[in-house]
Amino acid sequence: MILDIIISGLINGSVYALLAIGFSLIFGAARIVNLAHTAFYMVASYCIYYGTHKMGIHPVLAMLAAIILITLIGLVCYKLFINPIREHEAAVLIATIALAMAMQEIMLLIFTGDFLSVPALVKGYLQIIGVKIAYQQLLTICVALLILAGVWALLKKTKLGLAIRSTAQDREVANLMGMNESRVAMITMGVSVGLAAFAGAVVAPLAVVNPHMWMHPLIMMLAVVVLGGLGSLKGSFAGAYILGFAESLVVFLLPMGAFLKGSVALSIMILVLLIRPEGLFGVAFEEER
Amino acid sequence: MKISKFLLSIVLIACLVMAISLPAYAAKVIKIGVIGPMNFVQGKGHWNGATMAAEEINARGGLWVGKKKMKVELVKADSNEFLSITDATNAMELLLTRHKVDFIVGGFRTEAVLAMQDMAMDYKKIFIGCGAASDEICTRVAKDYNTYKYWFRQTPINSTFLGKATFIHLGTVGAIMKKYLHIPKIKVAIVAAKAMWTEGVVKVSPVILPKMGMEVVGVWRPSPVATDVTAELSAIQRSGAHIIFNWFSASAGITFARQAGELKIPAAMVGINVEAQKDSFWEATQGMGNYVMTLNTYARGVEPTGLTAPFMNRYIERFGETPAYTADTYAAIIYNLAPVIEEAETLNSDKLVAIMENREFAVPSGKFAYAKDAEGRHLHDVKWGPGYITALGVQWQDGKLKGVWPNRWKAAKGAPEITYKGIVPYKIAPWIIEKYKK
Repeated sequence: MILDIIISGLINGSVYALLAIGFSLIFGAARIVNLAHTAFYMVASYCIYYGTHKMGIHPVLAMLAAIILITLIGLVCYKLFINPIREHEAAVLIATIALAMAMQEIMLLIFTGDFLSVPALVKGYLQIIGVKIAYQQLLTICVALLILAGVWALLKKTKLGLAIRSTAQDREVANLMGMNESRVAMITMGVSVGLAAFAGAVVAPLAVVNPHMWMHPLIMMLAVVVLGGLGSLKGSFAGAYILGFAESLVVFLLPMGAFLKGSVALSIMILVLLIRPEGLFGVAFEEER
Repeated sequence: MKISKFLLSIVLIACLVMAISLPAYAAKVIKIGVIGPMNFVQGKGHWNGATMAAEEINARGGLWVGKKKMKVELVKADSNEFLSITDATNAMELLLTRHKVDFIVGGFRTEAVLAMQDMAMDYKKIFIGCGAASDEICTRVAKDYNTYKYWFRQTPINSTFLGKATFIHLGTVGAIMKKYLHIPKIKVAIVAAKAMWTEGVVKVSPVILPKMGMEVVGVWRPSPVATDVTAELSAIQRSGAHIIFNWFSASAGITFARQAGELKIPAAMVGINVEAQKDSFWEATQGMGNYVMTLNTYARGVEPTGLTAPFMNRYIERFGETPAYTADTYAAIIYNLAPVIEEAETLNSDKLVAIMENREFAVPSGKFAYAKDAEGRHLHDVKWGPGYITALGVQWQDGKLKGVWPNRWKAAKGAPEITYKGIVPYKIAPWIIEKYKK
């Protein structure tokens, strides 16, 4: 049973990590709490569905097209709805949740509320000591690790990363040093939404595509980033796996209460916040920056 | 001169008033409100069934209400009840006050239907339910007849009967597995989404299954909208279950079937999976829902009565899909309401109720009658059992939803066997055979 718990925890955690990284990045770099993050993931899933089922294109091509399209939509949304009110955090919260609701309603109008699905990139499963893992889930774990490495490399090894980190540390000084802070924020938004779309591409084959599929991941993602420390990539990653393992433990140890797995995960978050309000890696991240 | 001008004006005004009001009077129609979650399959079923019924009635000129022939006009109301019960009550309010409908058909989610039912009863409007299964909706009629007598259920059979039918399906599949795979004692995992309508089965299953010679290996209660159930599936596989007795009405039904199929969990799925009742299930599970069995009302090619095939064919031709059970708004209007209106020669609810509650008639899903409770009180609930509506057991077999039950079903010792036309044998999934065949 321990192996079952470890493997399911890894799978759950990887899905949450994939979603939380992009959200954490835009908050860490530009202090934008983008509550529409998982709505972009939802729209990406619909794009992949449309590409594969209605246009008949290969799933990989559909995924690439979805990532590009959603990134562009994200940039337009940033320019129109977020940038003008960036200085007012509460307004950004309201604007992004409104944006998410608008995307939900548009998808509901176009695709109705029917439950849809997209094909898995890799079919079949692997058996490790009696535990079955679908290849698509293995792919999710690998992609989550790769994305984390990629984002880390982007931030630490590139000029863009340096600019993102500088503006995150002190916007005014970064501006004085000749960095276009607004452009950096926009590029970060593009990367963040691109990551949401990428998460959609990898996770969508595991999910049921419907207009409301963004809500539960949003709650879990918020729990993950608050638990890990707002804006900390390392914290988000750790938080994702902690909640993933907590959910698995609930299912295996309390099968009658399997529906409580989300609540248990959120309770852990509250507990951590009571003991350490800045989250697990909050302080460390501040120092890091 | 002045007087004649005045009289002329009066006459002209009177003519104008008559000109405006007479056509309205002449064009008086029977307004039927169709309420349901219109952006979802269930609501589409409500609307499609009602549309077919209205078209058929209007094609023959309407219904005789006394000496007057009246056409049927449908009013669509989106209850959005999956997401908001307030939206549902608002939609019902609009039907009753703005549109002033004569009758209402539809409703799906018990929590919403209970609220909408109260509103319709306040206005003394006949509300024929075509979606919610909870017993409570109909026991209200027995408990407070004068208030709730305007409520009638058309579909589905109530939760208790749904339970009975699925236990029969479970026993049938268990017997097949015992016989062909030589399993001495069938182990059952109970998986029921955490929802009001599944509480009863979760409570009684651990009591009933041992009496059926089966062993319960565990009860799992995932969220109705769970997006990942691999942990539950791993635990079920570890438990050694031969059958998963599952109860799902929302998206988790797709997730569960898809992931179980992907991981080839060696346990047969029996129960109620509302998503598996739809044509779209195969695509939604990417074909991984093969061999899933669920209770259902309709299946292509299965004919409980002579009315089934004509209804199914017309529906499929018109809408391109198998009717969901909520499409029984068709039967509610055509076979339930329409003949009663013509017989009573009025739209008066009280007069119609008196006739409706005592009728027996055929509908596409079987012979229909309203049941009474043990004390002989009217329930206005669907009568279930041999000779009446039984529902079907259907199974996905290589992309097609086939009827597999009732197949030589005997309701009691000595009772006649029941097999509907078009029923095929149940199939055990190959990976289950591979795992257990000795």
